[in-house]
Amino acid sequence: MRFKAMTAVAALMLAVPGVVSAGPDDDKLVINGEIEMTTKAPVPEHMEDTNMDQIMSGWHFRSDETQALEMDDFDNPGMIFVDAGMEQWNTVEGSEGNSCASCHEDPSSMKGVRAVYPKWDADAEEVQTLAMQINDCRENNMGAEPYGYTSGQMANMEALISLQSRGMPVDVAIDGPARETWEQGKELYYTRTGQLELSCANCHEDSYGMMIRADHLSQGQINGFPTYRLKNARLNTVHGRFKGCVRDTRAETYAPGSPEFVALELYVASRGNGLSVEGPSVRN
Amino acid sequence: MKLSTTILAAAVLAAGSAAADTIAPGEVQYGEYGAVEESLTGKPGDPENGAKVMKTKSIGNCISCHKVSALDDAPFHGEIGPPLDGVGDRWNEAELRGIVANAKKTYPGTMMPAYYKVEGFVRPGKAYTGKAPDGELDPLLTAQQIEDVVAFLMTLKYDE
Ligand code: HEC
Ligand code: HEC
Repeated sequence: MRFKAMTAVAALMLAVPGVVSAGPDDDKLVINGEIEMTTKAPVPEHMEDTNMDQIMSGWHFRSDETQALEMDDFDNPGMIFVDAGMEQWNTVEGSEGNSCASCHEDPSSMKGVRAVYPKWDADAEEVQTLAMQINDCRENNMGAEPYGYTSGQMANMEALISLQSRGMPVDVAIDGPARETWEQGKELYYTRTGQLELSCANCHEDSYGMMIRADHLSQGQINGFPTYRLKNARLNTVHGRFKGCVRDTRAETYAPGSPEFVALELYVASRGNGLSVEGPSVRN
Repeated sequence: MKLSTTILAAAVLAAGSAAADTIAPGEVQYGEYGAVEESLTGKPGDPENGAKVMKTKSIGNCISCHKVSALDDAPFHGEIGPPLDGVGDRWNEAELRGIVANAKKTYPGTMMPAYYKVEGFVRPGKAYTGKAPDGELDPLLTAQQIEDVVAFLMTLKYDE
């Protein structure tokens, strides 16, 4: 493993018991020693009324050990799922005798895709997430069953597609026909839900950098999804994570794939405009 | 009217009776700045149990947001709220009861949850299941747990 990016200061802090982590670190994320990732970026214009001075990948809030796992593809446990996604890519399924490869050839044809989703689909007249687009292809171009919205197969496919855009800046459009959905997502982001009456913003805008019991709060960015979590040892999807966070406010959650979570995904993605696409990332 | 019955109950209690009327969440009287003068149970709080409520994840879990030196035997104290050391010098019992029961009456808009409130939520769920509740919600802490926590907070004084 590569620990060379670990600064001496950070190493010292780790060694001193009782030192509570104070805010994100200044480490640099370079993957495989060559792909330089943008993990801190200026606050997008639409967030200028917040008190934030920078947007940051969740990578900065993880321990040096966890960070290191994402710095080399041989160490990144998420890459196994990319391989599984590759197999799915080439597997013919459904009534039409097609695989993804039948229409799209090599996955490298997906370069740039992850960076702009969710995005407005003019034919469907709605904002579509990458998961919705994947299932759209499965149902309408392959005649195959859709993947479960937060299933392992969906996460594998998202990981394969995200990897093609790795290092490219997230750039979702929030104007034009997507605006209404974006506004809805923004409203959800600031709504205090559940018996604990907490909003996404309470934790990820007002309190990032602070500890909430044993958890170091990040900005809740989704540029790193799907995310391999050490906690459950698998790839996690965006809506799976949203569901967990809403549940933790003692609320009745929205369903993965619901219009509410689609809107929230567009809004949260837009808060990361400018950060590198990082999936599959590694978190705890 | 309700007030005087409870005051009466409290007086009877003080005289040695055990049966006390518990004040329901909807009936708690908050002062202008959020203080709650009356005990919610009429029974004195048990500071030891209050300490347990505060550090246990599945109960009060107060240390997820607050550092409390006296509870250092429990790992991982958060930093969202102020450290509670010396809080018994900063606030009196009624004020602390108000903060624990519903901190939003003392600090409008605070991130601190209301521990003795059962209505007025957006999409409340059935505890941490993510599902809709079966029926009426219970407050996050019982009246006696609130009193126990307040009794413990009152012990948090700077020793001079
Ligand atoms: C009670 C606090 C709390 C609330 C409220 C909350 N979260 Fe989180 N969230 C966490 C914690 C703790 C983590 C894990 C550490 C981290 O990455 O911040 C997390 C992680 C995340 C992550 C993963 C970030 C990464 O880098 O992998 C996303 C995305 C996220 N939250 C989004 C949301 C959204 C959207 C909402 C509102 C619907 C929300 N959260 C509400 C506490 C919260
Ligand atoms: C989600 C975070 C959170 C949790 C959980 C929480 N608090 Fe708080 N608490 C706060 C914040 C934030 C403040 C400061 C008020 C403000 O400015 O909003 C506060 C203030 C207080 C104060 C006043 C402190 C002072 O120095 O004046 C007391 C006392 C207190 N909390 C006790 C508790 C107890 C007891 C519990 C558990 C039963 C608890 N808190 C749970 C966030 C929290």
